[in-house]
Amino acid sequence: MKLTEDQINRYSRHILLKEVGGKGQKKLLEGKVLIIGAGGLGSPIALYLAAAGVGTIGIADADDVDVTNLQRQVIHFTPDVGKPKVISAKEKMQAINPDVEVRTYQEWVSAANIADMIADYDFVIDGTDNFAAKFLINDACVLGGKPYSHGGILQFDGQTMTVAPGQSPCYRCIFPEPPPKDAIPSCSQAGVIGVLPGVLGTIQATEAIKYLLGQGDLLTGRLLTYSALRMRFREIPFRKNPKCPICGEHPTITTLKDELDAMTVCDLGH
Amino acid sequence: MNLTVNGKSATIEAQGNVSVLQLLDLLNVSQKEYVTVELNGDILDRESFAASPVQDGDTVEFLYFMGGGAL
Ligand SMILES: [Zn+2]
Repeated sequence: MKLTEDQINRYSRHILLKEVGGKGQKKLLEGKVLIIGAGGLGSPIALYLAAAGVGTIGIADADDVDVTNLQRQVIHFTPDVGKPKVISAKEKMQAINPDVEVRTYQEWVSAANIADMIADYDFVIDGTDNFAAKFLINDACVLGGKPYSHGGILQFDGQTMTVAPGQSPCYRCIFPEPPPKDAIPSCSQAGVIGVLPGVLGTIQATEAIKYLLGQGDLLTGRLLTYSALRMRFREIPFRKNPKCPICGEHPTITTLKDELDAMTVCDLGH
Repeated sequence: MNLTVNGKSATIEAQGNVSVLQLLDLLNVSQKEYVTVELNGDILDRESFAASPVQDGDTVEFLYFMGGGAL
């Protein structure tokens, strides 16, 4: 593949960077990233990855755009209310960059579909809002050897980490099991400041881009936490947990299963 | 006893040994039932909280679930 004149123009600010260059831009154009969740985190992730020229972007979400989403899910506009989120997202991504192929999956991830869904991608991004999905994504990526970025937000706080299976610790190394259903409030119950997913999602998109480029250091073996109220980032280093149920010395999880206890009514409802 | 808790120094007034389980109460840690505790870089089993002593100079991190994102 050779960059066209239009591409050299469009991506000129990337190409100027010695860490990217024409070669790196080609890697992005040949890269495939799957975004699970087209909401608060998924919005900046999808917009920036499309703008960056990541050649194939999958986006999975079964939901429709609701007026309460618009305070923070910046990929969806007021006229999109009622439209499937993945369709609304695809329209914006292709408007930013027609170079990019957007594949939509209008469904929730489950133990039944996730392995097939992630198989064709280089990197996966968790932009979901519930623990059933977060644990399932971790498990599918660890078992499938797929690098991925975890992200979570609540009220004014966020956390993110990157998992490189086989090389770095995973989400279950810190959190072996999901919390019981309804133990931890969701954004719809506890609120979230609208700019928060912009910060966290942009970090997650950065990880995907660095992974495709093969540049820099990934956020592995470190949990990055962000407090918007205190305007503070912290990095908590952690090691592989030998007792991790999926990547430890004696794994108890060897096949994918849905964490039914962690599913909230809204996961099952729509 | 001086500890580093979530990156900040903290002084605990206590006689004798203090376990991680007791520390959760002493520091009034939120979400006690679900919080993950990292002691000097190792993630602890929930079952071992009572049997894990904290000592002067230890580094403790409390890590919380954050589940939002898409909703
Ligand atoms: Zn693990």
